Amino acid sequence: MAVIAGQQGIDLREPKGWRRTSNRIATFLMVLAFVLVIIPLGFVLFTVIAKGASIISWQFLTGQPIPPNVEPAGVGGLWPAVLGTIEITALATLFAVPLGILGAVYLNEYGGRGWLAALIGFMSDVMTGVPSIVMGLFIFSIWVLHFGYSGLAGAFALGCLMLPVVIRSTDEMLKLVPNSLREGSYALGATKARVTVTVVLPAAIGGIVSGALLAVARAAGETAPLLFTILTVTTANPNVFSGPTTSLPSQIFSNATQPYTGAQDRAWGAALTLIAICFILMIAARIVTARFSRYSR
Amino acid sequence: MEQPEQETVTNLPRTETATQEVPMPEPAALRRPDAAAQEPGPEDRVFETDKISIYYGSFRAVTDVTLSIYQNEITAFIGPSGCGKTTVLRTLNRMNDLIPGAHVEGDVRYRGASLYGKDVSPIAVRRRIGMVFQKPNPFPKSIYDNVAYGPRINGEHNKKKLDEIVEQSLRGAALWDEVKDRLGKSGLGLSGGQAQRLCIARTLAVEPDVVLMDEPCSALDPIATGRIEDLMQEIKSKYTIVIVTHNMQQATRVSDRTAFYSVLVNPESDTRTGVLVEYGRTQQIFEDPHDSRTQSYVTGRMG
Repeated sequence: MAVIAGQQGIDLREPKGWRRTSNRIATFLMVLAFVLVIIPLGFVLFTVIAKGASIISWQFLTGQPIPPNVEPAGVGGLWPAVLGTIEITALATLFAVPLGILGAVYLNEYGGRGWLAALIGFMSDVMTGVPSIVMGLFIFSIWVLHFGYSGLAGAFALGCLMLPVVIRSTDEMLKLVPNSLREGSYALGATKARVTVTVVLPAAIGGIVSGALLAVARAAGETAPLLFTILTVTTANPNVFSGPTTSLPSQIFSNATQPYTGAQDRAWGAALTLIAICFILMIAARIVTARFSRYSR
Repeated sequence: MEQPEQETVTNLPRTETATQEVPMPEPAALRRPDAAAQEPGPEDRVFETDKISIYYGSFRAVTDVTLSIYQNEITAFIGPSGCGKTTVLRTLNRMNDLIPGAHVEGDVRYRGASLYGKDVSPIAVRRRIGMVFQKPNPFPKSIYDNVAYGPRINGEHNKKKLDEIVEQSLRGAALWDEVKDRLGKSGLGLSGGQAQRLCIARTLAVEPDVVLMDEPCSALDPIATGRIEDLMQEIKSKYTIVIVTHNMQQATRVSDRTAFYSVLVNPESDTRTGVLVEYGRTQQIFEDPHDSRTQSYVTGRMG
């Protein structure tokens, strides 16, 4: 071993004792926590890919109708569910993301410490805790009972779920924008709206998009709120505004609970498709965000 | 004609030490032949404050500030930390409006008009009275867009004109040669001194009447500081500049007039209130201060 100790007993090694031990324990615990987090994620991905990859084909993604449960894999396709998921999630995003961002802008830039802002912030937090099935029942009672099942109703339910998530994440991102940027803009004679649109939002856009995406991904995978709002059908309904439709989570739910292997295979295929859609969405949003925030470093 | 040298706050008690002579070496920068050549008249007053007090909520941060700031001069605010220099500065372009609970008592006049009048828009005020902050705060935009930001929000969208303004402002801030080949790059990629000059260019781009500077060099090295001080001298023929500084050498180097602020501590409530102790020609403040507190401060015996 090399001698590290130098003149007059100078020793530059980390001192032995509790400090070194506690450092190692903490490092070990952090690595352990990371591994524990990654294990279930890895298993889920592995299982879904292993069981779903062989099912997926062009026919599976674009064919229709969704066959009866007793049919073996390879008959028909899941196009109605793919289309439904894309339509409903897109519509829900259209409702929730602009509204959520505007809400957060109000909370942060305009509401200040007023009672209205405090109330909205609190209610939004409460809304995060509402179970998704309750949100579905809510839309069922105020919309579906009067206008019938439709992709639109499903989008309302998903939008209600996304809204508080978008508000909270955007709010946190806006809080991170340094006040010095706002002051710099004000000092040039900008109005509050200008400051918000031209300085605050661009500075926070990366985080806002990330937060919105998490909300979208969560909504895309929701089953419960759709049970009472879109019904579940086997043929594609291109009209998102009227008539029952279906979605990937609904199909996973109805197929996975069947005793027939063909249906189970379709459920695995649908699961993999759903994960792939979310994955593509995430990557696309990252690229868009990188373009927006290319001046932030 | 009024003698602005005598604008010291007279209602504050002077102590005996004020009369004791302390020999002070005369800084070279103070030997300016034109120092007392022409006294500005009342028509050259850009700002006049009349016994203003500034509050944050119920807390009185600064009290009893009376001073006049003259056109095409550089006025320095000096004093120990917490004495309200920055607070007074931010009052001059209504920046304090952004802090909830902040308000001003007393009259602040800008070129004869009451700055805190009923129909006065802080937006319009800030378009004429720009501000450079202690920490360089370039926007997360390109260098070009940083400078063009002000003209754009004022409705200038002509590409050719904007190009012209950007070049002129960057030249004015002595930054053009360093950044002319990377105008499209992020303003956040500049060094501290460059970023601060970018912020000055951004302020000059809206062609303000007054530039307020809040310790603009406190985060910069001596070379960058020197550049900014040179810059202030160059632009003072076009603008009126008010600068807050902790650096007394800087005050003597750049300013025509100096206001010395201090803190009054109320031992009963343990509150600290800033007061304007003395205001006059920089040379007079540093060589012949009338108030003992000013003398202690400028000779380095206090704060």
